[in-house]
Amino acid sequence: MTVTLEPAIHGDRVSLLRVLGPAHVWALGVGIVLVGEFTGWNFAADKGGALAALIVCWVVGLLYTSVAMIDSEVTSTVAAAGGQYAQAKHIVGPLMAFNVALFLVFAYTMLEVSDAILLGDTIVAKAGVEGLTHNSFIAATIVVLAWLNYRGVLMTLNVNFVITAIAYISIVILFFSVSPWTQGAVLKLNELVTPGNALPYGWIGVIAAFQFGIWYYLGIEGTTQAAEEVRSPARSLPYGTMAGMITLLIAAAMTWYVCASMMPWEYLGITYYPLWDAGKLTGSPLLENLLFVATLLAALASANGCINDAARAWFSLGRDRYLPTWFSAVHPKYRTPYRSILFLLPIALAFAFIADLNQAITFSILSGVLQYTFMSINIVMFRKKWPLGSIRRGYTHPFHPIPAVVLFCLCVVTFFAIFLGFGSQLIAMVAFYFLISLWFHFYRYRFVRRGDQFTMPWPKPQGY
Amino acid sequence: MPRYTPPEQSKAGQVFDIAVVVVAIFVALWLPLKLGLAGAAKSIDALDAKTWEALGQNPTMASIWEKLGYTPETAHDIIQNRFHYVIDWPTLIIMAAVLIGYFVFLFRASDREYRDVINEKFDDK
Repeated sequence: MTVTLEPAIHGDRVSLLRVLGPAHVWALGVGIVLVGEFTGWNFAADKGGALAALIVCWVVGLLYTSVAMIDSEVTSTVAAAGGQYAQAKHIVGPLMAFNVALFLVFAYTMLEVSDAILLGDTIVAKAGVEGLTHNSFIAATIVVLAWLNYRGVLMTLNVNFVITAIAYISIVILFFSVSPWTQGAVLKLNELVTPGNALPYGWIGVIAAFQFGIWYYLGIEGTTQAAEEVRSPARSLPYGTMAGMITLLIAAAMTWYVCASMMPWEYLGITYYPLWDAGKLTGSPLLENLLFVATLLAALASANGCINDAARAWFSLGRDRYLPTWFSAVHPKYRTPYRSILFLLPIALAFAFIADLNQAITFSILSGVLQYTFMSINIVMFRKKWPLGSIRRGYTHPFHPIPAVVLFCLCVVTFFAIFLGFGSQLIAMVAFYFLISLWFHFYRYRFVRRGDQFTMPWPKPQGY
Repeated sequence: MPRYTPPEQSKAGQVFDIAVVVVAIFVALWLPLKLGLAGAAKSIDALDAKTWEALGQNPTMASIWEKLGYTPETAHDIIQNRFHYVIDWPTLIIMAAVLIGYFVFLFRASDREYRDVINEKFDDK
């Protein structure tokens, strides 16, 4: 039996607007992630050396290719806001969905916090004025972007498309400006990455580097949050997500090559601005200023997309009564989940002032890896409950279950990598999720309507 | 299967539930920072001789450090601040047990709830 794909319908309330196309999906995914090239990925060099940062760039790229393939299949079929939350609700069950929504909110809110801190620190570093702090820049960034998101998704993602494209082009310009085909003039890879320092901690350093290797691509799965606002989910989501992944793989490779060829790994591992530093080291004021502006734009694009995604995950929790329904309101004029946007605003502000960049990034990565672990199991359950041919899929990913197995194995390695240096934070986070799950399962779930949660026009799952 | 009708939650109850979630989020994220458990486990392997050679930097590396505004003295704490990857087996076992226990609970409890959802949804048909 084949069932036609239809969008999820949620009563006759005001709904989100279907106004987005594949370019907006690309802008959402790449916009969130591209900041990872401007800061964050380089901490992988700190944990394992410059060569380790390159190895994880490729291997974690494989992890995210699996994520993108799996996500494209499930989301092109489950066309509902909340992305992986809606997937979990239809495939695994309510408690998992509640947790996945929290993974999303934590990952994106902490990423937004990281972006705002980066933007503030970059401006302060550029200004070089004694006594100037980043606080006002952080607050202005978060508040202005929340306002933009409040006013409408189309404008939000149009802005994201433009600033993401400029930031991306700046990496390409830097790459070709340093004569990448010639060693010795500007780039000195052979003298900076030597047999003696390529892997300063050996192979355990490579495994440890997985933690920040995630930052090359973290957030590309956020494209699925737009499922209820794209005109054609079955076409736009796989196309936008896969195009975004290809874009990021190219950017990550160019970024590593330029930065590792211009800075000693010890410095590369601790700087907050690897690409801006690379621009400075070329000696060209034009490149230096271009990379400064691009760093700011990448941080803005990422924070903008994160507010969009975190708010939709929180909104979905309210709509299904997992949290009070007050959060599920859609603005009557702008058609945005405005209460969720406003609710998450002070939380982001608070953490931007109490956490530093490295810690905020780690919080975000932890929630992301928990989510990817879920996704690897989710796709296996999806294929088992609704085998190919039983429902219409917008996209069917090839080589199943190899991507799921690869994703699961890489998640296990990444958990071990986080343990190597950040184990206490991992245990604290999982303890939180465990306790909040007990609260949901034994108390909050009583307020949830059972059958109403299943909104897809699918047949009964096999085995139930 | 009879359709489940959830109880109406009072306004105060809704506010309380929101407060529980917000407090839990802050405790989970803020407590590790407050207790000093967050951040990388690194320490400085101090050297007596603070020269580029002693710090393992060749002339190209040294020239870049200097271009970035560092001297061997100021770069010492950056270069010698290292991770020490020693696997603490009891902590690793605790971490693995917490993670596995968490996911097992999630999938089992979710499945129980999911069966109710499916039964109610498809018994109507």
